[in-house]
Amino acid sequence: MIKPQKTERVAKVVLWTAAMLTVITLVLILGYIFLHGFSKLSWEFLTTEPEAMGAEGGIFSSLVGTIIFTITTIIVAVPVGIAAAVYLCEYTKNGIITKLIRFGTDALAGIPSIVIGLFGFAFFVTLLKPLTGGWSLISGALTGACMILPTLIRTTEEAIKAVPASYREGSYSLGATKWQTISRIILPTAMPGILTGVILGIGRIVGETAALLLTLGGSLFIPTKLTDPASTLSLHLYKVAMEVGAMDVAFGAAAVLILTVLFINISAALIMSLLKKKTIA
Amino acid sequence: MQRSQREKVYKALLFCSALMALFVIILIGGFIFKEGLPVFMKYGFKEIFWGTEWRPSEQLYGQWPMVLGSIYITLGALCLGVPLGVLTAIFLAELAPRKLVSLLIRPAIELLAGIPSVVYGLFGMTTIVPVIRAISKKVPAYAEDPLLSTGYGIVAGAIILSIMILPTIINVAEDAIRSVPQDYKEGSLALGATHWQTIYRVIVPAAKSGIMAGVVLGLGRALGETMAIIMIVGNSPVIPHSLLSSVRSMTGNIAIEMAYSSGEHTQALFATGIILFVFIMLINSLAMFIVNKEAG
Repeated sequence: MIKPQKTERVAKVVLWTAAMLTVITLVLILGYIFLHGFSKLSWEFLTTEPEAMGAEGGIFSSLVGTIIFTITTIIVAVPVGIAAAVYLCEYTKNGIITKLIRFGTDALAGIPSIVIGLFGFAFFVTLLKPLTGGWSLISGALTGACMILPTLIRTTEEAIKAVPASYREGSYSLGATKWQTISRIILPTAMPGILTGVILGIGRIVGETAALLLTLGGSLFIPTKLTDPASTLSLHLYKVAMEVGAMDVAFGAAAVLILTVLFINISAALIMSLLKKKTIA
Repeated sequence: MQRSQREKVYKALLFCSALMALFVIILIGGFIFKEGLPVFMKYGFKEIFWGTEWRPSEQLYGQWPMVLGSIYITLGALCLGVPLGVLTAIFLAELAPRKLVSLLIRPAIELLAGIPSVVYGLFGMTTIVPVIRAISKKVPAYAEDPLLSTGYGIVAGAIILSIMILPTIINVAEDAIRSVPQDYKEGSLALGATHWQTIYRVIVPAAKSGIMAGVVLGLGRALGETMAIIMIVGNSPVIPHSLLSSVRSMTGNIAIEMAYSSGEHTQALFATGIILFVFIMLINSLAMFIVNKEAG
């Protein structure tokens, strides 16, 4: 018979190995991408427009596209997300409508981005073509907004729930109305948490590709208005890797993408730790 | 405007925003079914779902190769990802020194979740695919078959996908393990069980349904993944007959052909969307059911 002490030791080794394997996988991926992508990174790569279908030149137009697309998506999605979370936290009684709303939010969170892309193609690109210009920045941004809405609602809800009940009670006892309490007490207190949610939403949207393949148009030119087709870094990466075969440009774009994600994760973590310090103090 | 009236207007606005997610999911279902159902109606459910030939130029819209492709890749990813994910979750909840978790492992998992899927695809097609190609060229049975020695296929897709679903599995499973009441653990240890005996006879069984929910959510994630898969699995719309076969997923079918399809071909791609949508809704309902049953 194997002694329990021996099994214990073996089990510990296996568990340590599993966790380290997870970390090593990440290090391998990051290391490999940077190894191949860093040589490509330069000011010129970031600020020149692509040439020869993207095989030469830089990634400027997709960088611009990424920024405008992300900002538009956030402008569309954030107000709706925050308002929905406020309603769910502050107004709802556990009725059938609330249950339906929660079901809808949970279900939407699980829908694959390519399916949301199909919807965006049928609705924003095809049906609303006179308004959106077909494949365009605004079609992509509206589709992207549908994707990050559940994340925004959930993180904002958490942030609002973390506001102490005494704040609310204090405000009401001073004679403030519900809306005054929400807009002047609850939302400002929950703001760092909401901001973290928004940043995480940006992280998700920056890397999104599948839905944009069907809605954004994938143009190589710099968009001048919201109804122009555009490209983003991740979409550009896919096209140069799969359709053009310019791997060096793809690795360069991948390195920029990973640096962006790193930056986003670090800023979210910083805000969170600041928030924790504030609550402890 | 009166103050109470204004309060009512705000409430109505907030309510409309809250309805938006529900509204969007209904629109998504509505549009996909509206565009995709005509093909099912015209050729019959059996012909479309179980049809084995996908040749849009000849009006053959059989989805079965893509359904099978998605299932094989996803199962492969689960076989690799679930053991690693669950073991890592146990490690995080039971063994890991707190500093190590907060400084290294947790940020690593968050970063794994944040890496865009095209980057996983690029990594896979330039590392794993060439390695598998080199190995399969050495095996005589595979080397002669040009379809099986490209490196692109189920195995490569499953490996990359297993990494991509790790964060989902780890996070959900770890939460489940952490929410096992402390008394269970203390009781087991007090009876003289070792830590590992406690983990696999007491803690893991108690957290079973939460861990299952994590696995099912990972399954949903794998089934819906698109970009990394199309860069790695080869995308041949044929029934796979080997683990090295080039396959096409349902998601890949939509992403690859949408750009140049028109008319009935587009509708057939929406039909793929319907199948995917129904699969995902079933899987996520299953996950919600498991979680709710746990909550009582």
